[in-house]
Amino acid sequence: MRVLSRALVVLAVLLIGVAYVRPLWHIALEAPQYPEGLGMYIWADKITGEKPQDLNSINGLNHYIGMKEIVPESIPELRLMPYLLAGLAALGVLVALTGSRKLLLAWVVLFALLAVAGLADFWKWGYEYGHELDPTAAIKVPGMAYQPPVIGSKQLLNFRATSWPALGGLALMASVALGLVAAVLDRRRRPAAG
Amino acid sequence: MRMSHATPCLALAAALVVTGCGQGGKAPLAGAANAAERVYVAPGEHDELYAFMSGGFSGNVPVYGLPSGRLLAQVPVFSQYPEKGYGYTEESKPMLMTSHGFVPWDDAHHPQLSQTDGKVDGRWLFINGNNTPRIARLDLTTFETVEIIEIPNTAGSHASPFLTQGTEYVVSATRFSVPTPQQDVPIASYKENFSGVLSFVKVDSATGHMTLAFQIRMPGYDYDLSHAGKGPSHGWAFFTSYNTEQAHSMLERGASQNDKDFVAAVNWKLAEQCLAEGKGRKEPAVYAHNELDEATHIASHELRREVTVLEPSACPGLVYFLPTPKSPHGVDVDPTGEYIVAGGKLATVLPIHSFSKMIKAIEAKAFEGEVGGVPVLKYDQVNYCEVENPGLGPLHTEFDGKGNAYTSVFISSEIIKTNLERCEVVDRIPTYYSIGHLMIPQGDSREPYGNYMVALNKITKDRYLPTGPELTQSAQLYDISGEKMELLLDFPTTGEPHYAQALPASLIKDRQLKAYDLAGNTHPWVTRSEKDVRVVRQGRNVHVGMTAIRSHFMPDNIEGIQVGDSVFFHVTNLEQDWDVPHGFAMIGALNAELLIMPGATRTLVWVPQAVGVYPFYCTDFCSALHQEMQGYIRVSARGSSVPLTWNKPE
Repeated sequence: MRVLSRALVVLAVLLIGVAYVRPLWHIALEAPQYPEGLGMYIWADKITGEKPQDLNSINGLNHYIGMKEIVPESIPELRLMPYLLAGLAALGVLVALTGSRKLLLAWVVLFALLAVAGLADFWKWGYEYGHELDPTAAIKVPGMAYQPPVIGSKQLLNFRATSWPALGGLALMASVALGLVAAVLDRRRRPAAG
Repeated sequence: MRMSHATPCLALAAALVVTGCGQGGKAPLAGAANAAERVYVAPGEHDELYAFMSGGFSGNVPVYGLPSGRLLAQVPVFSQYPEKGYGYTEESKPMLMTSHGFVPWDDAHHPQLSQTDGKVDGRWLFINGNNTPRIARLDLTTFETVEIIEIPNTAGSHASPFLTQGTEYVVSATRFSVPTPQQDVPIASYKENFSGVLSFVKVDSATGHMTLAFQIRMPGYDYDLSHAGKGPSHGWAFFTSYNTEQAHSMLERGASQNDKDFVAAVNWKLAEQCLAEGKGRKEPAVYAHNELDEATHIASHELRREVTVLEPSACPGLVYFLPTPKSPHGVDVDPTGEYIVAGGKLATVLPIHSFSKMIKAIEAKAFEGEVGGVPVLKYDQVNYCEVENPGLGPLHTEFDGKGNAYTSVFISSEIIKTNLERCEVVDRIPTYYSIGHLMIPQGDSREPYGNYMVALNKITKDRYLPTGPELTQSAQLYDISGEKMELLLDFPTTGEPHYAQALPASLIKDRQLKAYDLAGNTHPWVTRSEKDVRVVRQGRNVHVGMTAIRSHFMPDNIEGIQVGDSVFFHVTNLEQDWDVPHGFAMIGALNAELLIMPGATRTLVWVPQAVGVYPFYCTDFCSALHQEMQGYIRVSARGSSVPLTWNKPE
């Protein structure tokens, strides 16, 4: 591996570190009667309100449409994710140390697959929250589901839900991208190295 | 404080240049160009200032936005206020206790914003109860009354709660002299047996807690208003007096004979020294001290039984009298601390005393005599100047920080602007009608916010749509940023507005509490989760630990209550969201409703009179399903075997 590729991998590992300490995703809810905003952050290991009481408020509002309460402690992925990130980081360190091109390729592919799987899982949770509604809920709008978008904005009754990656999520994306660049750089070099 | 009727205006018009008598009763339009634009606050925009008005005999503190004059809040202080349950809930009832028992009303006069180093700091608001002498403290993050202290040996706490520049003390002075301690004596023995007490209430600089530090027993006059010194005069407090004639009947005439009465100058730093030297005397006196515990949300009430009294003769140099024409009302100290303006309400001039001259006169012992152990300084040795032609009935003065004083003039119904150094009236403008106090935001501090002035009027006559014999009370807003004062706006007020104070909104608006922290609520009957709701019978008392959250109460069905039980509904609002109070109203309740802020617990007692099933509901529109937020109580005959049951969350 080229020195530059190794450096990129080191940087990619550091970016994984950012995802430990900063939220991955942000969902903002806007409605006329919430001028101060309402929102939540999804972290590698927890879900928090944008403001201390926001998660309570969101759960309170969701009970009108019969949505399940968001209880971060009951979401297994939030327990698993820190280990996955730690594994990816450790593997990245190994790639940088050994300079093995094969290992690099394997790492990048694994990382990208996990990222896609993570987004798919996020979508699945959103789908379940949005569709599995209590049939005795007070507010029932025929045909209406309340799945928030993974990325982008959507009007859900009086709320506009907007979902975007937060700093930690952006860091992970950049990390995958750096891994890919490192792999591509090394591939170009291969014929010369023979 | 409605002193007299507007008619003196006609009688006395010839004597003076009177600009405000409103011949024909129709006031001219505001002279100011684009006045509407200058008071217009667009929908969704905020006012520049909060104004805290006294609610007068309503006992409340109404809060207005300036320059719009829009009413923002009514803070109940001395009076029961059923809309919020104040004075009706078990938590707030102790706040209105006094040595006389439960006094659910008072006459609130003078709001005072706390200061640090002579500057308004936005921490607390103090206000006096004039009738049953009390001083209250309001927290400016919650807009709630958090403490009330009663003032003993005092009858009519009018000169109150004017504070020192570091909020070391808030003061009170008795308007009516009375026997201290009280005793059964002939009223005609006034001169021998009556005295007037000045009280100094210490304010804890960290917590705001008030304690009655000491009282000074003064000659039996009527003490009227006060202001503390600032800057160089910090350490002194000034009180006006009238009735130095010591009349005890028909004061209208009897107290208006002397050409000069007194401003009492009190060296309170010397008082501290004399007290430290043991020159005070502990005397029995019963007075209430009530305080809200912000964690339990419950007010406590206790009676205190002793006060330290200092006699002027025991502490030489403690008090001096400054002769002042005639029946002086307001005594106001300018931002530099040098000029002391006394509004002689029956005087033909506006006297301005000089603090530095007063100190020199004291050093030179320039006394013209002594009354009741208090040296009387020579008038010409303390007086800086007399402002000529101030109108008739000058009362109160505030300052713009640019060397000008603004004085309200009651009988000629106007405001005069005086250049302090030149000692002359430089502008005058009518008020509609018969102004009492006036207020410049921070205008009694070392740093006035001198763009606006508010006139607090006693009479409105034809200014608004008439509403039967009782007309609205009113304030007027003036622009004083230029050479000439300009009238911008009339706006109605509630209660009789006496004094007011205002501060820039930026000082407190970002510190407003949005919800009480539920986890920090330590009320003995708090219910922090629906899982913890409970109904407990203790003899004839039944305690209900109930929760409220959009859009239901838990429990909302209770059976096993019996006729004659005292049912204590302890309702906790589980919301932690901004602007989601819940109400609680019980049919036939003989007290009031509850209005419960997010995270708070409030208690209403209900005594069912007859068997049946009775509803309760949420009164504060909380959500789309507010109308569904209701429940039932089943009441059985006394001694019935219906067990105590209630529903729990599924």
